[in-house]
Amino acid sequence: MSHRTMHGAPTRESLTARISRPFRLGVLGWYEARWGLFFITPWILGFLLFQFGPMLASVYFSFTDYNVLRPARWVGLDNYQYMVTTDPRFWKAIQVTVYYVVLRVPPTIVGALICAIILNQSIRGRVVYRTLFFIPSITPGVAAILVWTWVLNPHYGLLNYTLDQVGIEGPSWLGDPDWAVPSLVMLGVWGSIGGTSAIIFLSALQDIPESLVDAARVDGATWLREQLHITIPLLTPAIFFVLVLTIIGTFQAFTAAFVSTNGGPAYATYFLVLHLYERAFQSFQMGYASALAWVLVAFLLVFTYLQIQGSNRWVHYGGD
Amino acid sequence: MSSSLPVVRSALRTFAIYGVYIGASILFVIPFVWALSGSLKNPYQLELFPPEWIPDPVLWRNYAEIWTIVPLGRFMWNTFFIAVLSLVGQLFTASMVAYGFAKFRFPGRDVLFLLMLSTLMLPIHVSLIPRFVLFYKLKWVDTFLPLIVPNYFGGSAFAIFLLRQFFRNLPKEMDDAARIDGAGYWRIFFQILLPLSRSALIALTILGFLADWEDFLQPLIYLQSTEKLTVSIGLRFLAVTASSDISGDPTTHLLMAASIVSSLPPILLYVVAQRQLVQGLVLTGSKG
Repeated sequence: MSHRTMHGAPTRESLTARISRPFRLGVLGWYEARWGLFFITPWILGFLLFQFGPMLASVYFSFTDYNVLRPARWVGLDNYQYMVTTDPRFWKAIQVTVYYVVLRVPPTIVGALICAIILNQSIRGRVVYRTLFFIPSITPGVAAILVWTWVLNPHYGLLNYTLDQVGIEGPSWLGDPDWAVPSLVMLGVWGSIGGTSAIIFLSALQDIPESLVDAARVDGATWLREQLHITIPLLTPAIFFVLVLTIIGTFQAFTAAFVSTNGGPAYATYFLVLHLYERAFQSFQMGYASALAWVLVAFLLVFTYLQIQGSNRWVHYGGD
Repeated sequence: MSSSLPVVRSALRTFAIYGVYIGASILFVIPFVWALSGSLKNPYQLELFPPEWIPDPVLWRNYAEIWTIVPLGRFMWNTFFIAVLSLVGQLFTASMVAYGFAKFRFPGRDVLFLLMLSTLMLPIHVSLIPRFVLFYKLKWVDTFLPLIVPNYFGGSAFAIFLLRQFFRNLPKEMDDAARIDGAGYWRIFFQILLPLSRSALIALTILGFLADWEDFLQPLIYLQSTEKLTVSIGLRFLAVTASSDISGDPTTHLLMAASIVSSLPPILLYVVAQRQLVQGLVLTGSKG
């Protein structure tokens, strides 16, 4: 829904209108403008106090040695240099985070798409299924993590019991360096595919004109061909939007690893944000942690830019 | 044969869809069933192999015990308190800001609006540390203030965006008529816009409550005393401190009981209010 409204016509139109016809405010115009500015004042203050101001401070901190108690000491690029050359955990954290993103994003998108497509079929009891699909995504994260830790328990957990029934000896999941990230992926996918992404896909599906689908059916297209050649191409703008947001969100993974493994075993789940948290709030290296935050932003910018570049090749915007 | 094929095909299709539905539902729900079963066992029953789905005996008293080993009721009350105070500020100021962006013309409006939207993409971590320093200097650490006060400054960009869409879809004649009657902007805001936006405001209330119940990183940073923790942090506190009891037995059964109890408010809220939620979001989003 919102991908349309964000890149949609109204904003662009009003922007071009503004550029071609510069603002000339009469007395009434000034009156209106003053009230308009008055109404958005809370946001302007909040933006300066809690977003833009802190961001500037964060840039500054990233060039200092700062532990809150003593004044910040300027150290130039030392933090960034230490990060890439000396910090024993930084590259591990990057590697773990990228691995998690790569493993987590495809099943999340595909799963959400499948959920949306099956929720879009006309079938009895749809509301019940929609609720069942949605519940994992509103289960509080920590509760879901504790439940999954029990499901994944190597000796008494449900998953290894089920695998045992079919003659497979399951790994120790969160306790095994090779399986810890896949375990967190499983947990994360379970907790998200029936949620907001599926709902975005569902509302995009409901925007598809009946006539297109009917035409395909008259031509004798099978259900699968209809999905592959009509539905999914028309959904690509929504898929792109969800993909960008999911990657941004996944890069910031923290809670699951913090609660279930605390970064272990052997730093197998040591995400970048976990590193940031430990540096900032356990060893109070606020300067260094700020530098880590900007590296996170740099990663997000690069990934988002690459996706926008690559999107021309597969995203079909409708003719509207 | 040719006449029966479509019938067979459609029956097969229905069968396949139901199969997928039911399979998916089981995958989504089974961890809860497993947790519920575990929450009614004792440490000995937890380690039976093969596991019993229906514990024998069923230990309902685990659900009485969780309130005494940690102040779980207190955690839930704290979260509720923070959510309510945050939502009051968020809904009121977000509506104000959305009104400003939707119904007024002023220089720089569209640039500011785009700036606001772009903050949706920024990770919280770039402002997290200076904000912590600010609240630390204000001596607000270990109070609810850092979690509540920022909501009084426009709330979230998402809420502003949604409400602006909603206000723009309301017919302009409505406030023109009010203007001719001599109503000031405040009166239009309070007496026309807010009452008409009930469905959007309700949807935002539900979403806001769910988000506050879920919030982890910020309460983790700001709250320290046990009696001030929120549900998420309190659950983690329980998991860390009570991973085994005094006799060394695992307390998984209690963790499962506490997880289920603390999942109930958001799940019940969603089940009860999902129609309002969908309505509010559809009314706002569908006509960009």
